Amino acid sequence: MDALIIETVVKAIVVLLVISALAGFGTYLERKVLAFMQRRLGPMHVGPFGLLQILADGIKLFTKEDIVPQHANRLIFMVAPAITAATAFIALAAVPLFPEFTLFGYTIRPIVADLNVGILFVLGAMASGLYGPLLAGMAQANKWGIIGSARTAILFLSYEVVTGLSILAPIMIVGSLSLIDFNNAQAGGVSDWMVWQQPVAFVLFLIAGFAETNRTPFDLLEHEAEVISGYATEYSGMRWGMFFIGEYANMITVAFLASLVFFGGFNPIGFIPGFLAIILKVSFFFFLMLWVRASWPHVRPDQLMWLCWKVLMPIAILNILITGIVLL
Amino acid sequence: MEQFAFYLFSVLTIGLFLVTVLSNNVLYAMTSLAAGMVIISGFFFILGADFLGVVQLIVYVGAVMALYSFGMMFFDATREIKEKNTNAYLVFFLGGMIALLLVVMFSVLIMGEGIVAMYPTPEGANNPQAVGLVLFTKYLVPFEVAAVMLLVAMIAGIILAGKKMDDSLTTKDENHEEEMTFSLKDVR
Repeated sequence: MDALIIETVVKAIVVLLVISALAGFGTYLERKVLAFMQRRLGPMHVGPFGLLQILADGIKLFTKEDIVPQHANRLIFMVAPAITAATAFIALAAVPLFPEFTLFGYTIRPIVADLNVGILFVLGAMASGLYGPLLAGMAQANKWGIIGSARTAILFLSYEVVTGLSILAPIMIVGSLSLIDFNNAQAGGVSDWMVWQQPVAFVLFLIAGFAETNRTPFDLLEHEAEVISGYATEYSGMRWGMFFIGEYANMITVAFLASLVFFGGFNPIGFIPGFLAIILKVSFFFFLMLWVRASWPHVRPDQLMWLCWKVLMPIAILNILITGIVLL
Repeated sequence: MEQFAFYLFSVLTIGLFLVTVLSNNVLYAMTSLAAGMVIISGFFFILGADFLGVVQLIVYVGAVMALYSFGMMFFDATREIKEKNTNAYLVFFLGGMIALLLVVMFSVLIMGEGIVAMYPTPEGANNPQAVGLVLFTKYLVPFEVAAVMLLVAMIAGIILAGKKMDDSLTTKDENHEEEMTFSLKDVR
């Protein structure tokens, strides 16, 4: 019992530290990739290839003054960023990150909490992360903030139905809600990948995932050209940084989910060992998000709602129907 | 360990819902409501009902989010609201009676024959499968009735909301401004 608690705590701390560091590195990657696609150079003056820019940004975020606006609701204003960051990491707790490995003769399973309803838990925890932007926008007594939180509600009411319905068809095929079972069901190599059986579900899940992580085609919460910075208008320093870390952690979670559910998870591909395979897949999905950001303009809130309810939801339901008939 | 978690969650839940009822601020009330709903799912996890816990999480996160959007439309979230309280004693009396009634209702079950699981979990079935088995054998009729009722509610909602669905407010040209103000007034 004690060993289990210590092991869980250690795993939680490791995941927290690694993913926070990756979030910082993610900003560097994002700027470099966007710069490459737009024929610019990106950060390049601080350190080799601009790598120390992450450090400089970190120092800036940590030492900035933490401002709370005069008429804001202080408590909620200060709690809101923590909700986004915390739920992002809570969601990550139920994701099996790597295959089992042995360290100093002790077998480690790289998952913080092995729930048998893992996939639902991850989606639910990520959904509650949207309370961060919602509360932040409403607490700051700023019109842009209110618009930002209204858009958060619209975003949530739009994508949630598509995520649930798109993931239902793979769940029906595997017959389990555990992410480890999903991984094991695709153990037979590339031809066993879920994406060949469920291409429609994969595309729907990816679109809903972009909305869930607030990435560019659907980044209506904080689009600068329309609502200044939306829910984050009044935030500065580390509180703003926590929103940022939450968003990047969510991106990594969605990348893990997509590769676990649809792309064979951490099973080895030929000569590539399992842990390297999943790192490659997650990196690809991360890159895909940046690629899409460089290529597409963003949509209006009403277009997002139209897309989700009138286009994607019927397709998802048809997909479930066909899957059900085939399974019968 | 389990008891510690139970008492922690109980205190948190009761405290948060007290804030929901007693606070004059929309933002505090709804935030504590959402947090309380999330913490209730903790009880399901303690009892080993993982599936129900996750469903509680997903359903109430969405439901309270919709409540928030109403709050956003009707109130200034950063100010306190003056409540119109005509008869405080009546409210107090009715609230107390309802609470007493609920306590009696639940304690009858416990005092009487005790609560026994009528349908023990089949061997080897995990949590979602157990829920599914009970739902499609013993509770099939209530389940189907609930489904039909939800369908009826959905159709009614679409009909009520769908009267002005064809003319979108955002994609209108400038020429039809007059018509647009008209429909806006209608919505209010």
